[in-house]
This record gives sequence, C-alpha cells and structure tokens, in this order.
Amino acid sequence: MGKYIAKRIGISLLTVLVLVTVVFILVRLMPGDPFSDPKMTPTVKENLNAYYGLDKPVLQQYTTFLGNLIRGNFGYSMKYQNQTVNNLLRQSFPYSLDLGIRALVLSLSLGLVFGIVSARNRGNKIDLFFVIVAVIGTSVPDFIVGAILQYFFAVKWGLFPIAQYKGLAHTILPSIGLGFYTMASVSRIMRASMLEVVQQDYIKTARSKGISNFRITWKHQIRNAIMPVVTVLGPTVASVLTGTFVIESIFAIPGMGKYYVESVQNLDYSMILGQTVFYGIFLVFANMIVDIAYGFVDPRIRIAK
Amino acid sequence: MATKKIESQEKVITADLFRTVGKSVEEMEAISRPSLTFWQEAWLRIRKDKAAFIGLIILTVYVILAIFAPMVSRYEFDQQDAYAMKQSFSAEHWFGTDSLGRDLWVRIWVGARVSLSIGFIAAFINSVIGTILGGFSGYIGGKFDMILMRIIDIIYGIPALIVNILVMVVLGPGIKSLIIAMVITGWAGACRFTRGEVYRLKEQEFVLAARVLGESTFMIIVREIIPNLMGLIITNLAMAIPAAIFREAFLSYIGLGIAPPNASWGVLAKEGTAMIRLCPHMLYVPAFFICTTVLAFNLLGNGLRDAFDPRMRGTD
Repeated sequence: MGKYIAKRIGISLLTVLVLVTVVFILVRLMPGDPFSDPKMTPTVKENLNAYYGLDKPVLQQYTTFLGNLIRGNFGYSMKYQNQTVNNLLRQSFPYSLDLGIRALVLSLSLGLVFGIVSARNRGNKIDLFFVIVAVIGTSVPDFIVGAILQYFFAVKWGLFPIAQYKGLAHTILPSIGLGFYTMASVSRIMRASMLEVVQQDYIKTARSKGISNFRITWKHQIRNAIMPVVTVLGPTVASVLTGTFVIESIFAIPGMGKYYVESVQNLDYSMILGQTVFYGIFLVFANMIVDIAYGFVDPRIRIAK
Repeated sequence: MATKKIESQEKVITADLFRTVGKSVEEMEAISRPSLTFWQEAWLRIRKDKAAFIGLIILTVYVILAIFAPMVSRYEFDQQDAYAMKQSFSAEHWFGTDSLGRDLWVRIWVGARVSLSIGFIAAFINSVIGTILGGFSGYIGGKFDMILMRIIDIIYGIPALIVNILVMVVLGPGIKSLIIAMVITGWAGACRFTRGEVYRLKEQEFVLAARVLGESTFMIIVREIIPNLMGLIITNLAMAIPAAIFREAFLSYIGLGIAPPNASWGVLAKEGTAMIRLCPHMLYVPAFFICTTVLAFNLLGNGLRDAFDPRMRGTD
C-alpha cells in the first residue's frame, strides 16, 4: 500500500510539473498582447514589459515563475493594478468550493438512491421513470439546464432568487444545475452495476442462506455495486468543478469560473496562468486522493500494485 | 417400485428398448442459423434492438437534413432581416427567427454541420490514434509501453477542459482549432482502453498461431488483434461523439468555440440562453437538437455494445 501511495504521489507531482510547463508555453504562444491599448506610447509599453519581467529571456521567466509557485505565489494581474491571483483566489475560491461541494453531495446521494431504487424495481414504471430522468440528464449540457432552471424557477415562478450567492435559497438552483449531469450519470452507473451484482454467486449464496431481501441489497449488493461509482469519482470532481464555469456565469456567482472566463477573454496572461495552475493542482490532487482512497476500499488494487 | 419390477422380471435392458422422443441426432447437429459475417450479425441485431434503431434513424435524418436543408432553403444562415426579428414558429420561418431576424431552421442545420462534423472527426481521429498506439503499446510492452503509459497518466491527470480552453485561446475559434484541442487530450482514453484489451488478447491461441506462421508484429496487430476489438472500438466511438458535441457546445458557450455569425449548436444555445426571457424558442430549438442527438448516440452506443458482444450471439 505504501508503495502504491508513493507511486501515486510521484505521478501527481510529475503531472503538476508538466501541466505548469505546458500552460506556461501555451500562454506565451497566445496571440495578442496584454498591453494592447493603442494610446500607449512605446516607452510606457517598454516600462510595463520591464516591470512585469516580460523583457527577460523566456527561460528566466519560466524559472522565476516556478520559484514563485513553490513559495505559493501564483502571480498578479497585468490588467488590473494591485490585483494578484492569490487575492482573487482567496475571494472567489470559497464560492466555487461551496457550490462544488453542494452539487457533489446532492448529485452523488440522489444519483445513488435513484440507481438503487431503479435497479430494485427493474422493468416496472418506477424504473422507467428513473431511467428516463437519467437519460435526459446525461443528454443536456449543464448551461442549458442552468438557464432553464433559472428561467422557470426564478424568473417565471419566482420561487428562488434569480442570481448571486448570499444564502441557502441562492444556492439551490445553481447546485441542482451543476449536479444534474453527475446525478444522472451516477444513477446510470449504479443501476447497471446493481443489476450486474445481482447475478453474482455470492448473492445466490446469501439468498440460499435465507437472508432477507433488504439485508441482501444493503449488505451485499450495494457494497459491491458501489465500486464503479467510486472509480469515476475523480473525473466527476473535475467535471463538477469545471462545470462551475458556466453555472457561475449564469447565476452571477463571484466564483473562480466566472473570473477564469473573464481572464481568458481579456488575454490577461498572468491571471490565466495562475488560475489554470491552481485549478490544475487542485484537480490533480483531488484525483490522487480519490485514487488512494480507492486503494483502501478495494483490496484487489492493494495487492496488484 | 419400478426397480423392483425390473429385478423380478430379470429382464436384460438392451438399446432397442429405447427410442428417441425428441430431436434426432441429425436435427441436433443441424446448423439452425445461417452463417453470418461479423457485420451482418451486428446489423441484424441493431435492427432488432428498437432503441438503437430509433437512434440510428434520428441520426440519419439529422445528417441528411444537415447536408441538404441549407441548400434548398430560401434564406442564408447569416441573412438578417430587420422586419422579422424574434418571431416564433411560422410557415415563413419554421423554427422562427433570432434577435437579428436570421432564420433558425437554416441556422440549426448549418450548425448541425459544424457540431456533427466536429463530433465525428474528433472522435474518429482520437480513436484511430488511440487504437494504433494502444495496440502497439499493449502488444510490444516493455519500455515503449511503460513510457506511453506514464504519458497517459499525466494527460489523464490534467483536466482536459483546461487544456482545451488554452489551446482554443492560442489557436483562435474555428472548427480546426476545436478538433485539434480535443485530439490533444482525447486520444489517451482510447489508447489506454485498447492497450488493456490487447493485453487480454495477445496471449490467446489465434495470436500464437499467427506468430508461429511467421506473421510480422505489425500484421498481427492489424489483422489479428484490431479486428477482434472492432466492436468495442466502434462502441466507444459512438459514445465519444456526444462527449465531443458537448465539449464544442461548452467551448462555444464561453465564447471560445465557433465565432458568430457562424453557427453551431453551442453558439445557437448560447444565443438562446441570452434571449430566454424574450424568445425562449431560441433556446428550446437548439437544446432539443443537442439533446436528441446525444440521446440518439447513447442509444446507438448501448445497442452496438450488445450487438458486438459475443456473449449475446444467437440469444435472439
């Protein structure tokens, strides 16, 4: 197990390094210039370039950037004075994290319950209902779900606030919008997995021992069927967190996604760089934790590695 | 009782006391199903699978309309009409018009060309690169395999969306950029999957037989292993296309995919979300087409998975 964890951490660190390098190169390749104001005189431009270190050789810029990163400094904005990436993250990340966790908890719990109920009622109307919900959920992009939820529940019927993020009522629509796809896909995976487990010999054994249906489902079926859901947890965390990009812009939530899209549109190099690196590191480590947790849950992995 | 009777009569049991009640030997050995090739078999089963067949029909209709509808329409996709703005469905404009008076029927099908071709092409390139690399990696193993797998681990670790966004920013909006952005990260999934399957197949007897007969490694991979994986590869392809369509819609939504006035389903949906209060049909129409297309691909993918599954052979 120790070897497995060490290997996993090693790969994650390497991934982060590659990610940082790739992002650095791509950002330098971007067309346009952060100081593209036509009123700017060449001297001012030169001074700005010197101030931000853009006149130095690329390699030196890279090492400076890496050095700053290790010290936990993600950089500063080239568009807005005194705005640093760290500052922005400090303000915006809590919103995104809060929204992300709500959406994850909501979608995982509902998805699992739907999948289990669906599989237990295989073939009847309840199953059909949940299957249809799952199919629709996995075929609608989240920005459409978000826009439609906002239109009907907030604008038309006035049940929830339209935008912003100020209290429990504000969090409900964005969390549903963000988690809808995940809920549907988790319920699909769980249903399929439950139906597969039912055919296993140990379920027959349990049944022949006279264990009640409820106990079989609870103790044997669900515990084994949940493994495929755990496997997709890493990518799921990533997709929920990047889904905040659109949900935050629809509901005007001052989270990371909203600022990220803004920085991309403003060609604010250093902001894109800093936020991408932060996002990347966060997701890489989220994935790593899920993988290690999976190793603990599934004994087969511990032995194999 | 019965045994006692036989004992008491002390009768010798001979073969002519028995007769066949059910099928004769000839009947049992007869080949009940016509011999079918891999593709005939798959086609037969897809046709029987209602859901998958509906998916196939929907997609065929969409492809045909995407090709021909814009050709025969009276309107151009970027033709604005100040006198016909924000109209709902009518005989003039079947899907209504948008906020600039452009005909939505034409824009949907021009958008379908973009969205569908991005989906097809990106998924196809990913699967070709992934299958070839994964095939070699799995078959040859060793250092090549080790290095490739570490590269894939790293690609997997990096959120694909972030790479897509950065590539789109560097290359600028457009179909070509979208495809490149999706291929850079997308091949890894197909590669890892193929490698795993090849590992399973390469120890089997028919591969050994080919090796004994002196086939080259390249020919073994291309002629023996990949055809055996064809079903799985096609199924994955059908499942990868909706993911690519989703990604295009997402990137267009945040303003990086296809630049207006060009249309794609993502662009149309984005325009629709902005206008949802004034003319909701601008969102419903593209949303309907995105959803039904993704749904159709998912149904087809599920059907294909069953159709190509050798365990399901002859069950119907």
